[in-house]
Amino acid sequence: MGKKVLVFADRRDGDLRQVTLESLAAARLIAEGEKVVVAVLGTNAQKEVDILTAYGADHILLMEEDYLDTYTTDAYVLAWQHVIDLVQPDCILTGHTTVGKDVAPRIAAHYGLGLISDCTSIDLENHEIIYTRPIYAGKAFIKKVIPSGVQFATIRPNNISLSPPDASRSATTEKISFQMKDDLLRTLVTQVVKKATSGIDLSEARIVVSGGRGVKSEEGFKPLQELADVLGAAVGASRGACDAGYCDYALQIGQTGKVVTPDLYIACGISGAIQHVAGMSSSKVIVAINKDPDAPIFQISDYGIVGDLFEVVPLLTKELKKLLPSS
Amino acid sequence: MNFLVCLKQTFDTEEKLVLKNGVISDDGVEFVINPYDEYAVEEAIRLKELHGGEITVLTIGPDRAEQALRSALAMGADKAILVETDDLEEELDEHSISQLIYAVLQEQAITYDLILCGYMAVDGGSAQIGPRLAQLLQIPHVSTITKITLNEKDVTIEKDIEGDVEHIQTKLPLLVTTQQGLNEPRYPTIPGIMKAKRKPLSRFEVEDLPLNEDDFQSKTTQKEVFLPPKKTAGQLLTGSTEEQVASLVEKLYKEAKVL
Repeated sequence: MGKKVLVFADRRDGDLRQVTLESLAAARLIAEGEKVVVAVLGTNAQKEVDILTAYGADHILLMEEDYLDTYTTDAYVLAWQHVIDLVQPDCILTGHTTVGKDVAPRIAAHYGLGLISDCTSIDLENHEIIYTRPIYAGKAFIKKVIPSGVQFATIRPNNISLSPPDASRSATTEKISFQMKDDLLRTLVTQVVKKATSGIDLSEARIVVSGGRGVKSEEGFKPLQELADVLGAAVGASRGACDAGYCDYALQIGQTGKVVTPDLYIACGISGAIQHVAGMSSSKVIVAINKDPDAPIFQISDYGIVGDLFEVVPLLTKELKKLLPSS
Repeated sequence: MNFLVCLKQTFDTEEKLVLKNGVISDDGVEFVINPYDEYAVEEAIRLKELHGGEITVLTIGPDRAEQALRSALAMGADKAILVETDDLEEELDEHSISQLIYAVLQEQAITYDLILCGYMAVDGGSAQIGPRLAQLLQIPHVSTITKITLNEKDVTIEKDIEGDVEHIQTKLPLLVTTQQGLNEPRYPTIPGIMKAKRKPLSRFEVEDLPLNEDDFQSKTTQKEVFLPPKKTAGQLLTGSTEEQVASLVEKLYKEAKVL
């Protein structure tokens, strides 16, 4: 009852994202001995072959077309269709990332498939694939199945454990070319403006340092950024901080905004409104720093410091600097 | 210019969830327009103010969803469509919903230049309906937009991509999904609310649509809904600020092992 699984690799700025390896772990489980095929789109894909093989790919398709280096919906939808028609998979997996979220629903509509988005775990019960995903931003979870036909899911970064890499594995590779007529591409990317403060994406970050109304100003985020730099963390914010104009909405964590599940979440000057907690309560370890000892955030945090974040955060940065090798 | 906004009525985000017989209870729950869809309504109104035209708001949902449509009409939309699915709620997935929207657009011969949908709903959160609908209608879409400018058929868009901003050129007809930061939705005014009561709202049953049951039957099934284990409050550290910080670092390093 094995299933042929097709994984679409996720890349950002030409680099493979960790969620692809997580998808591969799920793929190996589902495949039950059948083939796992990985498709890599964009130039310079050859460099990913070794790592994909070690993490479980049996066959790797390289579609090294330069028009796939910048993501556009139409090009990717057509390229995916080409790959899917070629591979005829029983199951399709990819990351629940900017690209995955954008292409997968169109592909599902094109083939009339069910699609289970944003899975935090994938399990097998009597050869049936059980998909678990958060609803209400993690206030609840739902288990779903696709009773018949092609299985199709996107995977939330940071949730499925990797299987250990096996350098002795081998895989076949195949280059496929795919010509695209320009008139099929209906949207044109004219410019990309880098705004993210660090290269670390919030949804994939292992550590998140987050600020709320208590940060008081745009300037107030500076000490948080310094702490984040020492930890190799991403900076996030609560709706309160975003609404007050202290930071960009792109940083917002909560039921509106991003849902994050890092190993460590450091909440600074965040009271812990229900809508914020929904977006971060699945973090493995939560630290709260807040002046108000009655702040609800302490009810869900593992470690709490009652105090002024402008005193605590710089001290914490200093302590950690001693401990961690500077990177 | 014709604008179509697809919206969903959802729980207010400050609501706690309660499970009753394995189902999320809506007893006493406050309902709102899905916050992401509210950006879509607001943007349609702003674009109409600039370019003229008509705004249709549409939802697929239970009887109570009329309230969300009335709110959108009170904000400034012109007419509304409700496809009522009271008995089906549990059984509809993203495939079903997008097929139902597609069908009602056909049935009502609704014309559109721009379709706006929230990037996702704060309940289901799958972010599928917009792109699925665009595929069914064979029009392009741009998701998570934070700015849009129309010039005749030409469209200029800024799109949020994980914190960075992408500038996009495209043309109408088009579907966009709206992201936070696009605008600040207005509150309905009292005259707006009064007017909304008289604005046209058409209701349909699923049976009224040109669809066989097979066409919109769900492709996925629910097995179980559960609440995550309750987080319990951990330790409040004690001592001077310096001592607390030192103790925190020690605990993160040795106890929690997250450093």
